[in-house]
Amino acid sequence: MEPSTIDCRLSTLGPLGFPGIDLIPGVVAMIELKNLWRTYQVGDSEVHALHGVDLDIARGDYLAVIGPSGSGKSTLLNILGCLDRPTAGSYAFDGRDVGQLSDLERTQLRQNQIGFVFQFFHLLARLTAQGNVELPMLFAGVSRAERRTRAAEALASVGLSDRAHHRPDQLSGGQRQRVAIARAVVMGPGLVLADEPTGNLDRASAFEVMDLLDAMNRRGQTVVLVTHDPEVAGRARNTVRMDDGEIVERS
Amino acid sequence: MPLTELVAFAIGALRGHRLRTFLSVAGVAVGIAAVVALTALGEGARQYVVQEFSSLGTNLLIVIPGKVETTGMMPFGGTTNDLTLDDYRAVATRIPLVVEAAPLATGTEVIRAEGRSRSVAVFGTTAELARVRRLVVGSGRFLPSGDSDRGGSEVVLGLKVAQELFGAVSPLGKVVRIGEWRFRVVGVLAPRGRSLGFDFDDIVFIPVRTSMRMFNRSSLFRILVEVGSEGNLTPAKKAVIELLAERHRTEDVTVITQDAVVSTFNSVFNVLTLALVAIASVSLTVAGVGIMNVMLVAVAERRREIGLLKALGATTRQVLAVFIAEASVLSSLGGALGLAVGWLSIRAFVQVYPTFPAAPPTWAVVASLVVSLGVGVVFGAVPARRAAKLDPVQALVGR
Repeated sequence: MEPSTIDCRLSTLGPLGFPGIDLIPGVVAMIELKNLWRTYQVGDSEVHALHGVDLDIARGDYLAVIGPSGSGKSTLLNILGCLDRPTAGSYAFDGRDVGQLSDLERTQLRQNQIGFVFQFFHLLARLTAQGNVELPMLFAGVSRAERRTRAAEALASVGLSDRAHHRPDQLSGGQRQRVAIARAVVMGPGLVLADEPTGNLDRASAFEVMDLLDAMNRRGQTVVLVTHDPEVAGRARNTVRMDDGEIVERS
Repeated sequence: MPLTELVAFAIGALRGHRLRTFLSVAGVAVGIAAVVALTALGEGARQYVVQEFSSLGTNLLIVIPGKVETTGMMPFGGTTNDLTLDDYRAVATRIPLVVEAAPLATGTEVIRAEGRSRSVAVFGTTAELARVRRLVVGSGRFLPSGDSDRGGSEVVLGLKVAQELFGAVSPLGKVVRIGEWRFRVVGVLAPRGRSLGFDFDDIVFIPVRTSMRMFNRSSLFRILVEVGSEGNLTPAKKAVIELLAERHRTEDVTVITQDAVVSTFNSVFNVLTLALVAIASVSLTVAGVGIMNVMLVAVAERRREIGLLKALGATTRQVLAVFIAEASVLSSLGGALGLAVGWLSIRAFVQVYPTFPAAPPTWAVVASLVVSLGVGVVFGAVPARRAAKLDPVQALVGR
């Protein structure tokens, strides 16, 4: 990444110290999925994790994806995050056909435009909270000094300034997930994908995490959330329900 | 991603797996230490032999009576002329390239003094031998210079002979008997020790003419000829052969050079060193395979981490670089440790055997460091490629 784009994002820092992206929600479709299929080969039989999913997600949307286990929620999220490729159908991100992107371009898209929050946090045990938050910037080639400042800001925004130099095993589950959220937003992505972000947390911690996701969305970041929990889904503006690889209900 | 960041990240990952890191570092270290120590021993052995030969005098031609060759039946010819003192004088005076020359006639005789007797090697020679053979006189002086045909009854004793016959008393000026002949001791050699299986302390030197009479010889045993420099060896050898062929009317002497012997030993020891290097390389290769195993295990264990790094925007090349950096750090650490261990063990060896000039040759040190780094990169590449190619989804869910 060139330094100029970094400066650009820094100059549009939002109220919580995060870069604001596109502050006009709902006008442009950020994500357009058309007739999306994902088929796995399991032994001799084919398993259709997704069959024929059509979905538009507007910029600034706050979308919950719900449904039973094995309904294709996580597969959908992985495809949205460019971690997985659809077997058929098209996926456009900001008008670009993701299917046509090279491996490197998809990686750059993940690096700059997409933040991930996982159910099991996925923090590196050997790094401090600060080090974990710095990771995406390390691979993006951000200078050491700037990484420090931005990671500290991101940790402050999730209320963990005093835990910056603790390693994950010295943090509670809720704190770990907040570190993961700081890591997800530190590059100022337009899209944040959260896969069961509260699935491993007690109620109090789950609320803290949801408050942070709400705040992100208020700042203009698009949030897509996969969950089992109706209460968590209720926080989102829109909900889609999936069953057996299809979207069966939208609200 | 700058190199320093990459190395810092790699070191962080290695610190997370201390035992594994230690084992692979130790593997490389053993390999490098083996290369350093074995080449040092091989090189030391070579230097030792070369030194031993040099101590006999360098740039030396040795003239031996008799022609070394295979001939057919020669019933009325082919006799070998004696190598006489006149021949010696001709060689010493008529060839400009000859700096110094000394005749040598030998035999074994019993030496007696102070009621004790001892069988010794008797060398008949002239004053020039001291310079040609780098003999050091401990007390008194060497044989008097002058006409080689003069004879004389001076004797110079080797240190051991002097001690055996006279004990702590100085033998200078004392009379000894060698066979039936009486000699006056003019000098005692400084200790020289055994060299190439010959005890230089257990001999005596007397004037050449006297020894030829004593042993009833008409021919010299050798003529030793020193020429100014190594470059003069070949022309001087030719001149000596021509001169003696002219005097004897046939080519009936053999001239050998020290350096031919030295270079033979040199090449023998070079081969030996190479063989040691080959053996050590095997252990280095084993260490490399060890690194590969460690890295493969690391890739398998760290699938989640690799998936995460990719999800966070690490490119395939960056993941490749991270794992190659880890392997390189492992092998460089191993290389450094191995150098230290190899060097210390050589130091310890030299402490025990101070006369053995064991030191690892520079090329071996440089090569082993280069190889150890190379081992890291080459053997780290396979696991690193595997890591880089992991599908992030598969890696993250750990399937």
